[in-house]
Amino acid sequence: MDYSKILSSNIQSVKPSGIRKFFDLLTGMKDVVALTVGEPDFVTPWHIRVAAIESLESGKTYYTSNSGLAELREEIAKYLNRRFDLTYDGASEIVVTVGGSEAIDLTMRALIEPGDEVIVPQPAFVCYGPIAEMAHGVPVYVETKEENQFKLTADELRAAITPKTKLLVLPFPNNPTGAIMTREDLTAIAEVLKDTNIMVLSDEIYGELTYGKEHVSPASIEGMWERTIVASGFSKTYAMTGWRLGYLAAPQPLAKQMLKIHQYAIMCAPTTSQFAAVDALRNGDNDVEKMRNEYNRRRRYLVNGLRSLGIECFDPEGSFYVFPNISQFDMTSEAFCEKLLYDYKLALVPGTAFGDCGEGFVRISYAYSVEHISKALERLEQFINDKKF
Amino acid sequence: MREKQTLAKNMSELLRLLENDSRLSAETLALMLDKETGDIKKMIEDYQDSGVILGYKTLIDWDKVDDTHVSALIELKITPQRDRGYDHVAQKIYNYPEVESLYLMSGSFDLAVMIEGRTMREVALFVAEKLATIEDVTSTATHFVLRRYKDKGVVFGAIPTDERGNVV
Repeated sequence: MDYSKILSSNIQSVKPSGIRKFFDLLTGMKDVVALTVGEPDFVTPWHIRVAAIESLESGKTYYTSNSGLAELREEIAKYLNRRFDLTYDGASEIVVTVGGSEAIDLTMRALIEPGDEVIVPQPAFVCYGPIAEMAHGVPVYVETKEENQFKLTADELRAAITPKTKLLVLPFPNNPTGAIMTREDLTAIAEVLKDTNIMVLSDEIYGELTYGKEHVSPASIEGMWERTIVASGFSKTYAMTGWRLGYLAAPQPLAKQMLKIHQYAIMCAPTTSQFAAVDALRNGDNDVEKMRNEYNRRRRYLVNGLRSLGIECFDPEGSFYVFPNISQFDMTSEAFCEKLLYDYKLALVPGTAFGDCGEGFVRISYAYSVEHISKALERLEQFINDKKF
Repeated sequence: MREKQTLAKNMSELLRLLENDSRLSAETLALMLDKETGDIKKMIEDYQDSGVILGYKTLIDWDKVDDTHVSALIELKITPQRDRGYDHVAQKIYNYPEVESLYLMSGSFDLAVMIEGRTMREVALFVAEKLATIEDVTSTATHFVLRRYKDKGVVFGAIPTDERGNVV
């Protein structure tokens, strides 16, 4: 059978994630010190796991309502209000999803007509462009610059807008750069969007992980609530990646349509995870603070360590990644990472995994112990001392 | 005021880091806390001089080294002395090197003594000959530790492995 004639041409034209190739090199190699992983190294706090276990013990193994447990949606609404000054009606403006990723997918599928343009700032997490394409949209990548702390500027946005622009993705705090957008930065973006029908997808999965400055949600900026879909989840905040639980918050007419996709495609998010999430929101503030403080110490350790090796590094203010500039080594990001991997058994992710504009950078995750990061820095120092570049 | 608060926060953060891992070098601590190495060294010296930091020890799972090693918790009931309360009898007890820790407790007994010994017999003899014979001790109850699951915040026996997959 010629599957290529059977499979949809749309799905065949979507490129597989480039990073896979690099991770495949890693498999089977021994004694590699890796700073590649994009998830917390903490285990989900015990009281949250207990809440899940207790829900199973008491036989809560049924489907929940399509949009999620009412008490969870209420807790999410309260949380968004107390943390980010956002007002949503838990009953009609919040949908509990399978991870933040599903919230991104629902947004794109509900909004995009064939040929609509989706503005995606890059470097960024890999999913936005391909999901837009699968929804028959056209991603328009906008390069954020190191000299602007990898923020999206109003001018860059203005230059990317065309009559076909439907959606702007705001992936901040950012994976891989660690960039954040302040209230002033977002106000400038809001000014550009004023009087347009352009919608905003704000991916705030790292919203609790900022250091020194509080995260500001674009939806809290004047004139933005109506046009913004907030996508977030429990993975990074509460170290709950494997539970696959996220949510979207959007004005009721949008949430209502998105819920239809979720209802037919997914039914509902995992019930056990939803019970765990209720406990996380009610009793997890201290855990979040502890993890944030620990990430912050590692962040400082890593950034200071890189600088002491003479590696230029933009000061990341959010997420748990550092995105140093490696152009001084005169190698492509991929060659640099392969050299480190093969000769020094140190694994970092090439910046190009997050868009072509990531050339000249690498992503280093600090979701690792200081001891582990210190080993990695030793290997990097060895590489620099050997001057094999 | 704010400076004072920041200073207090930095100081307690340093103490918490050292409490968790006393091997962290001044250089590493300085990087983690965004301070100068010299300042960290000075802070640690001050803590040592003022008795805030009393020592640095290593947490060892002795069961993996030597299977006769035993620990016991001994409950003591005491008749407190006029003017000196429990302090005098406490001193008589904690001066024995066998005594690992000693706490004055609320509740049905007065002093909790943690003893480390090479054998159960050694611990039993220590209680019978040294503790029970102290004048103000009115009764003892010895509880041997059968297994240490967790000590000083560390779970015994578990060696953590990183099972995370490579997902961007």
